[in-house]
Amino acid sequence: MINLVWLVPLFPLIGVFINGFWGRKLPRSVIGGLASAMVGLSFIVAVLIFFDLLRQIQADHHHFYHEVHLFTWISAGAFEANIAFLVDPLSTLMMLVVTGVGFLIHVYSIGYMDDEPSLARYFTYLNLFTFAMLLLVLGNNFLLMFVGWEGVGLCSYLLIGFWFEKQSASDAGKKAFIVNRIGDFAFILGVMLTFSTFVNLGDFEGNALNFYDLFQYVIEHPTAIPTWTFSLICLLLFLGATGKSAQIPLYVWLPDAMEGPTPVSALIHAATMVTAGIYMVARCHVFFLNAPDVLAVVAVIGVVTAIFSATIALVQTDIKKVLAYSTVSQLGYMFLGCGVGAFTAGIFHVMTHAFFKALLFMGAGSVIHALHHEQDIRNMGGLKDYMPKTRWTFLIATIAIAGIPPLSGFFSKDEILWYAFSSEFGHWGLWLIGAIAAFMTSFYMFRLYFLTFHGECRVDHHTKAHLHESPSVMTVPLIILAFLAAVGGFVGIPHVFHVPNLLHDFLHPVFAEGTERFMHESHGAASTEFLLMAISVLIALAGLFLAWNFYLKNPKWKEKYESALDGLYTVAYRTLWNKYYVDELYDLVVVKPVRWTSERVLWKFGDGVVIEGIVNGVAKVTVFTGQMFRLAQTGYIQNYAVSIVIGLIIVFSYFMLK
Amino acid sequence: MVEYLPILVMFAIAIAMAVVILVLTHLLGPRQDDPVKLSMYESGVNPAQDSKVRFSVKFYLVAILFVLFDIEVVFLYPWAVTYKTLLSSLGWLMFWQMFIFVAVLLVGFGYVWKKGGLQWD
Amino acid sequence: MDNTVFTLLPLMILVGFSLLVLVADMMLAREQRPALGIVALIGVIVSLISCSWLWNAPQTAWSDMIVSDHFALFSYIIFLVSTGLTLLLSMRYLSEEDIQFGEYYALLLLAATGAMLMASGLDLMTIFIGLEILSISVYILAGFARRNERSLESALKYFLLGAFATGFFLYGIAMVYGATGTTNIKVISQVVSEGTIRSQSFLWIGIALLVAGFGFKVALFPFHVWTPDVYEGAPTSVTAFMSTAVKAAGFAAFGRVFLSALQPMHADWTGILWILAVFTMFFGNITAIAQRSVKRMLAYSSIAHAGYMLIAIIAGDANLSSGSLLFYLLGYAFTNVAAFGIVIYLSRKGETEFDGKDYAGLAIRHPWLAFVMAVCMVSLAGIPPTAGFMGKFYIFSAAIKAKFYWLAVLGVINSVISVYYYLRVIFVMYFEKPAADYVHGTLSLGMKIVLILSVIGIFQLGTVPGSVMALLQNSMMVFQ
Repeated sequence: MINLVWLVPLFPLIGVFINGFWGRKLPRSVIGGLASAMVGLSFIVAVLIFFDLLRQIQADHHHFYHEVHLFTWISAGAFEANIAFLVDPLSTLMMLVVTGVGFLIHVYSIGYMDDEPSLARYFTYLNLFTFAMLLLVLGNNFLLMFVGWEGVGLCSYLLIGFWFEKQSASDAGKKAFIVNRIGDFAFILGVMLTFSTFVNLGDFEGNALNFYDLFQYVIEHPTAIPTWTFSLICLLLFLGATGKSAQIPLYVWLPDAMEGPTPVSALIHAATMVTAGIYMVARCHVFFLNAPDVLAVVAVIGVVTAIFSATIALVQTDIKKVLAYSTVSQLGYMFLGCGVGAFTAGIFHVMTHAFFKALLFMGAGSVIHALHHEQDIRNMGGLKDYMPKTRWTFLIATIAIAGIPPLSGFFSKDEILWYAFSSEFGHWGLWLIGAIAAFMTSFYMFRLYFLTFHGECRVDHHTKAHLHESPSVMTVPLIILAFLAAVGGFVGIPHVFHVPNLLHDFLHPVFAEGTERFMHESHGAASTEFLLMAISVLIALAGLFLAWNFYLKNPKWKEKYESALDGLYTVAYRTLWNKYYVDELYDLVVVKPVRWTSERVLWKFGDGVVIEGIVNGVAKVTVFTGQMFRLAQTGYIQNYAVSIVIGLIIVFSYFMLK
Repeated sequence: MVEYLPILVMFAIAIAMAVVILVLTHLLGPRQDDPVKLSMYESGVNPAQDSKVRFSVKFYLVAILFVLFDIEVVFLYPWAVTYKTLLSSLGWLMFWQMFIFVAVLLVGFGYVWKKGGLQWD
Repeated sequence: MDNTVFTLLPLMILVGFSLLVLVADMMLAREQRPALGIVALIGVIVSLISCSWLWNAPQTAWSDMIVSDHFALFSYIIFLVSTGLTLLLSMRYLSEEDIQFGEYYALLLLAATGAMLMASGLDLMTIFIGLEILSISVYILAGFARRNERSLESALKYFLLGAFATGFFLYGIAMVYGATGTTNIKVISQVVSEGTIRSQSFLWIGIALLVAGFGFKVALFPFHVWTPDVYEGAPTSVTAFMSTAVKAAGFAAFGRVFLSALQPMHADWTGILWILAVFTMFFGNITAIAQRSVKRMLAYSSIAHAGYMLIAIIAGDANLSSGSLLFYLLGYAFTNVAAFGIVIYLSRKGETEFDGKDYAGLAIRHPWLAFVMAVCMVSLAGIPPTAGFMGKFYIFSAAIKAKFYWLAVLGVINSVISVYYYLRVIFVMYFEKPAADYVHGTLSLGMKIVLILSVIGIFQLGTVPGSVMALLQNSMMVFQ
């Protein structure tokens, strides 16, 4: 079965071709079904591969890494790029998440986009997105990963700007693309540096783009490459990851990405795209572990992003914007996990986050759909009676993300926090900031939940009359995801409970060899672990309690609190409301100067005078020369013969004068 | 260079033959210029004229065809000479090679015939 | 009878089929003659099959006169692809031009045979014989439209200048023989590398003459002078054949002689070829800009492409160079035959000019045809994901590997120049309004097959070149 892994990306690609070429001629009912079916087929294949892999690992636990070579793409000397896929527990897990959650989002889209005129375009992009993400995850070398990496960036541009007739949407698309390009540039520099470093090693015999060859070499020759080289490579790769996975300083595109259709947000935030950076860091863990400084950078950036965007989310009133900042914050946790060497925990959180964040976005979409594209939570409230299914599933997701046991978010987030505290690369400070961010997460998520579904209904009368639950094509995916968000955490129960940690065991072979030189089993005492666990549960409940009182039970608390802090409150609120003015700062520091330079210096002078002068001059000279040469073509055979003889004389004299 | 001597000798003989024949005709042929011989033709055409006369293109065709089929015979010579010595080592290959060669020419011959290359008019 | 006889099997098949065509021609009525094209096509396919049969056992034969290594066999494939596609183009074209004669097909097959002999010749004499078989066939083909003055003129020019160049070539062989005492490529290589040459200056004169001879065949500046007139005057299908198969044959033999016989003196001859390559590229590209006729533009572009291909030979590494050269030639064969096919289709209505009504708005009248033409132009310009791009990529990377950085840079600059006139065709097809009085023609089945196969070939080579390049690993292995 593993040898058929190429089927997984193939199916969405087929969907792209069918919908892309004949979509306009297909009946609307077919388009969405077809696109969903393609991803569904991929999911089925992925599941079969998963079981096959499991069987093989059980038979022989060294047998966890498989490469499926399709063909050699380009081969030039030492540079050989293959179209080949890798199947190991890490890529299989990612493949399952991408196709599984992706499938549900596809199905949900059928309902959500039912009144969209360019349906075929939408599903083509959606399938292409899935395809690119699968390529990224399954590629066995840096180049193929980069193809997927770029493909994902392209699709995000197409989908975020899907409603391109809307200025803000097309701006958001461009923003996503440009910000991602900055990261991509760093990433490809990192890949090039890797290539040139390894190619120039005397005893490296593998393919300098192939993950397995590279990592195996580093494991076997830990000192062959100086640390600073690793630091530089990893820093570049990580900068690439901050672009894709929306970390400081390149996170700015993700909150704007909600301009796209809501299922697209679900796809970008949950199953694809943003997880690419985490996956890449986890895939390259062998490099990162050899660059401990960069690992520390990863952890710090992660935790700072986590708390930074959590504070912004506290005050936002747009339902999708809150979710967007919460995604940035959760991604910060994942990087924190990777940064302290707990790659399994990071990937675990990728998985659980995919479940509940997809659910949250789709729930939000369901609300937005019902309210005719109203997104401001100040204009919602009391929807629980109108949309019971959406409400319950949304509640489950909220509890999950807040980290209240026994739902999935608790397990993954707690594992990350525990490693942040106890790992060799960890620090209690990281844990503390993470815990504060967790409190904020709980608070703003329940704030969102209460304002949307509880209290009095602030929806205007006209819309209220038509309020209804979404069709089952939308709610069934919600229910499935709610189930997963609820129980998904049980695959990774902490070791202190003395039950098998399934996910950890499954992923263990991937990280075992690379980490064993650096990490030992966590050395914290079981009592400490229980204590920290209790604290994080308390924190989450505190957030819930505070939100409940502020926004539902005792709104006076909020007023009291506001008046107590008075001036400070206003300043803080305004700062947060404006997202720390980061967009404005970037505009001032980066966009405006670049614009000025490109307009005044590069365009008006550089392009207008210098380049245009040169280009036009060259073109004029070229055309003129061409005319001259043309005249030389007299048509007389004598002249031609003379030309040949002159040529011969030139060649002769070259040899004679040498 | 000694092995090339026979060729040189052959060259010399060829040139000598040409010279000798020319000289012989010059010497042996009776030459009596009389007024009648040097006078105009009865038709009134001047006997001394431009030697660049246009020949009919048909001459070329015939000449080319002659050369073509003549070469065949030339090619047969070495084959015939070595036939006996090479027969033991090459066997039937000897035969078939020439067979194919002649067969190809035969097709060419048929082609020329059918196309009317052998007809003067 | 040992099986080395069969190293010439692909050639024997072609000769057999050309005779068959001649015989059948005598029996068929005039209107049945296009069927001869089918017969010839079958010959090409059978020959292709026989190539694959020979593939796994490269060997030398006929007293080391002939070699069937991968270089030769892959060259066969290029010639056969080009011949096959040309045949498909020609069947209807000949009828339309009223020159439907069976000799055309027979001569095409014979020309391909000559080309194959050039590629597989392991002796300068064999290469010369191949060159003659090829040239004489093509002289006739160029003048095949015998009621058309321009066709006759081009044939005469080609013949006279060709005979001139052949003289140089033969004299060059004589000089090399004088200097090394042999005409066998393997032995020349040995003698040259051992330094037991009898006269260095004889060898240099010989090389100079060989450069002139090959330079004429593949159209290098300043031996290219015949190219524009002949390409323009010859029937377009013949031009397609000349610009692909004949050029490929020239380069195959060029490569064979310079990359293997004269490889040990690599340092001595690169300089002059460097100069010729640069001049050829610049001349071809710059002059192409000034052309108004698409056919003539393609003629100059083919000169420019000869310059790129020469870069591969200059790089001088037998493996890398021959691999990239053959890859380029195959991609070029697909691209150029398809481009000329479209020229054939459009030129029926008279002259084919950029700004004439033939190309304007082709995208609206014939979206698929315009698409194929656009693909060809993009490929010729060397833009991914096409065969042209990968070909240039391999050639330039071979040059860089051999440390000819400037040559690679100049090659890239030339690619940029060429984009101008290739994209002009696309611009005219896509952005100009079609003429109102345009009459639709229909595409023949053969033409359709050519265009489809070419587009597949162009994209196949452009996206998954690895598999083809794998075939070209150590293609001249017999010598190494």
